[in-house]
Amino acid sequence: MRIGVPREIFPGEKRVATVPDVVTKLVKLGFEVSVEKGAGEQADLSDDAYVQAGAGIASGASELWSGADIVFKVRPPAPEEVAHMREGQTLIGFVWPAQHPELMQQLAAKKVTVLSIDCLPRTLSRAQKMDALTSMAGVSGYRAVVEAANAFGRFFNGQITAAGKVPPAKVFIAGAGVAGLAAIGAAASLGAIVRANDTRAEVADQVVSLGGEFVKVDYEEEGSGGGGYAKVMSEGFQAAQREMYAQQAKECDIIITTALIPGKPAPKLITAEMVKSMKPGSVIVDMAAEQGGNCELTEPGQAVVKHGVTIVGYTDLASRMARQSSTLYGTNLFRLAEELCKTKDGIINVNMQDDAIRGLTVIKDGEITWPAPPLAAAAPKPAAKAAPMAEKKGGHGHGSSEPMSAGTLAGVFGVGALVFWAMGTYAPAAFLGHFTVFVLACFIGYMVVWNVTPSLHTPLMSVTNAISSIIVIGALVQILPPEAGTNGRPDQLIQWLAFAGIVLTAINMFGGFAVTRRMLAMFRK
Amino acid sequence: MSQSLISSSLASVAYVGAAILFILSLGGLSHPETSRRGNLYGMVGMALAVLATIVGPRVAAAGAPWIIAALVIGGGVGVYAAKTVKMTQMPELVALMHSLVGLAACLVGFASYVDTSVQFAGAEKTIHEVEIYVGILIGAVTFSGSLIAFGKLNGKIGGKPLLLPARHWLNLAALLVVIWFGGEFVSAHDAQSGMTPLIVMTAIALLFGVHMVMAIGGADMPVVVSMLNSYSGWAAAATGFMLNNDLLIVTGALVGSSGAILSYIMCNAMNRNFISVIAGGFGSGAGAPAPKADGAAAEPQGEVAPVSAVETAELLRDAKSVIIVPGYGMAVAQAQHTVNDIVKNLRERGVTVRFAIHPVAGRMPGHMNVLLAEAKVPYDIVMEMDEINEDFGDTDVAMVIGANDIVNPAAQDDPTSPIAGMPVLEVWKARTSIVMKRSMASGYAGVDNPLFYKENNRMLFGDAKKMLDEVLVDLEH
Repeated sequence: MRIGVPREIFPGEKRVATVPDVVTKLVKLGFEVSVEKGAGEQADLSDDAYVQAGAGIASGASELWSGADIVFKVRPPAPEEVAHMREGQTLIGFVWPAQHPELMQQLAAKKVTVLSIDCLPRTLSRAQKMDALTSMAGVSGYRAVVEAANAFGRFFNGQITAAGKVPPAKVFIAGAGVAGLAAIGAAASLGAIVRANDTRAEVADQVVSLGGEFVKVDYEEEGSGGGGYAKVMSEGFQAAQREMYAQQAKECDIIITTALIPGKPAPKLITAEMVKSMKPGSVIVDMAAEQGGNCELTEPGQAVVKHGVTIVGYTDLASRMARQSSTLYGTNLFRLAEELCKTKDGIINVNMQDDAIRGLTVIKDGEITWPAPPLAAAAPKPAAKAAPMAEKKGGHGHGSSEPMSAGTLAGVFGVGALVFWAMGTYAPAAFLGHFTVFVLACFIGYMVVWNVTPSLHTPLMSVTNAISSIIVIGALVQILPPEAGTNGRPDQLIQWLAFAGIVLTAINMFGGFAVTRRMLAMFRK
Repeated sequence: MSQSLISSSLASVAYVGAAILFILSLGGLSHPETSRRGNLYGMVGMALAVLATIVGPRVAAAGAPWIIAALVIGGGVGVYAAKTVKMTQMPELVALMHSLVGLAACLVGFASYVDTSVQFAGAEKTIHEVEIYVGILIGAVTFSGSLIAFGKLNGKIGGKPLLLPARHWLNLAALLVVIWFGGEFVSAHDAQSGMTPLIVMTAIALLFGVHMVMAIGGADMPVVVSMLNSYSGWAAAATGFMLNNDLLIVTGALVGSSGAILSYIMCNAMNRNFISVIAGGFGSGAGAPAPKADGAAAEPQGEVAPVSAVETAELLRDAKSVIIVPGYGMAVAQAQHTVNDIVKNLRERGVTVRFAIHPVAGRMPGHMNVLLAEAKVPYDIVMEMDEINEDFGDTDVAMVIGANDIVNPAAQDDPTSPIAGMPVLEVWKARTSIVMKRSMASGYAGVDNPLFYKENNRMLFGDAKKMLDEVLVDLEH
């Protein structure tokens, strides 16, 4: 089957539905590809490049539309494009069936099949590779930051230079969806201090992970409206939210708004009052301009300066990075083509049993199948937060050194054997008994002490010090043993020596344990 | 001769119990949670051993008043000292206590020697006398060495190493004399003729202890303190051999190996071997001319960028992650409480704050941990060097408080540096590092620090406590 890629005729649209790299892959799938002359020109993609990738060039729209079995588009088809269509053709692109009911009727009348890429069930994980909304939103979010930086007269990052200190720009991003998150990442990597808010509390972690700071609204309400979208919030919440926005407007240099609720006009988050409260030279980028804008003063499609604040209301942010967005979009469509053509023979099969394809298909052979029945509720994803505990390192470097070489080891054992042999030969049995105890105790000490955590080394020293006052036993048994008075023993002298010994060790014993106790009581989480 | 309360077998069993409790006590220190119980085990073990001895067959009932009097006097002094000591003075206290163990070992040794009631013959006599000799030797070295360490730690004796000419030969000569007198001592026929060699040896051992610690520089103090800790254990073990007491041997061996391991860890942390630390003279001795003198080593280049406390506060406020590297200077300035207040303030702002502790920061192993614990810093944000060193690259601000050698990049970059190869905290990898210092003077190692001249480094000069107070005031308003 032949895939046709027409030039987009919507004013200002620079994107194209496929790029040469993708054409190569489509050809491998068994499709023929035909591209209208000049289709990629605005995205810096020449006809030659398409030809080299294996596409044919159609000299005009009518030739392209009539020769194609499948048409890849970006924007919804204009009436003259619908006129080109014929029965049995398949159209794939953004159609927005909810916003364009008449278009749907016209297409149905042509008895075509339409797959609207915006109707993809986004919660299916296997659909993510086809999710053109996400890839376009990502590009727009990035571009929004670039537009903001362009209109903003200062550095984003804080700097300390020889010429003085530059504070970092403060960027507030309303709505942490795909576009918002992309904007957070872009702004943070430029060095700005980024704050973001979303009615869905669960995105807070994502905001932080991209280098932003999540600003909470002081009001308890869950804002998740199913399918990963936000829902309309209650009055009380909105009041608290307005207060928070007013506060951020005063503090921040740049506001980027991305708040959209499906099928509804964009919520008005930034009032004229708030714009007035912003510092002169501040910038607002309203990414919801096409749906009416999140800011009251937004003029869709334009950048205007009001109350000293530049308000950017471009509706074609993705198109302003045509080559990047075309590449991403083309890849999304290629992934869809793969799903449609599992046999890799260039023939598509619109399988209505497949959840992803069922959702995408808004018209099937002239019959409107939109909206698709909701998917069986997917089990909520378990919070995969409990990251596995970092594996505990055993023994603080103990045993981390390389094993001794065999030669050294043999030497050590040899010397040890000699020493032991000498001892066994000359030392009396009583000594050897004590010696055994001594050696084994050294090993126990070695094993036990390696397990002591380094933060407790000082308590370790004071407790071992206290324990070493066990030497008091030596003095105790000397002070007045049963043998006293026999054999000319200098009892008086020994008694005083032992007495002094006991006093000294008692200082150590009591002091050591007491101070250890005092120290350990201080360690707390 | 009165009948004792328990038989000698029962006393022995009590000693086994005490030994087990001591082992459990050290084992408990593997984690702060279990450490308190560990200390309790130690106390119970000690009480058990002492009680079993007093009521056992080796002490006549009439001795009890003496013992109780001695325990009350000593215990009173000990508890008083433990209650009043400041946490910054812990190293001194520990050193002083080591000296007590050493002295006690000496006293017990002498008492044992003059005790004529115990008679040995042949090899047993020789071994017994060698044990006495060695026990007193170790005890005396521990005693005098610890006293000097105490003096150095509390500043009564200068931190600079004292290097006598030909000191290695002096030590060698002392060792030979000690061995020769040892022979004399063992071959002596009665207590009177043996006393002279014993006293001479004790004097030499005392001098040796003084000389050994005097020759060691201030930065090596953690090694010295843990080494003396080890000696006090060996002294107890030697006394155990002398008195045929297994409990003393076991306990001495435990303490001895504990101190030895600590010394080993400390030496590793400074990339020095034990012998060279003991041989002493860090940074300005050992015949090696300081590299600065011959001009071959790279002199740090560039300018130092000073900052004010207000600017420091700003840097901290704007940071997302901060690592604080405390050193001895924080202990000297008693700044740990202010540090904790700053940490609390930053954490409330959502800044991630952690501490990086170099093994030899401070003057004894674990010194910084104790100080931070005293200031109520939660121990789970206090990290060891190995845990945190890789994270400096992702850190906005690394703040060095009163540390120098442990953050010196020359240890990695400059093979001619006296501290080359020593593991250091890589603070210069942080986006900005702030070093708090009194002046540009070099650290204990006497080595200049190229960190100060790095482009992303700022110097905050002044007393750590005063400067941190100013930072805190600015953070709070």
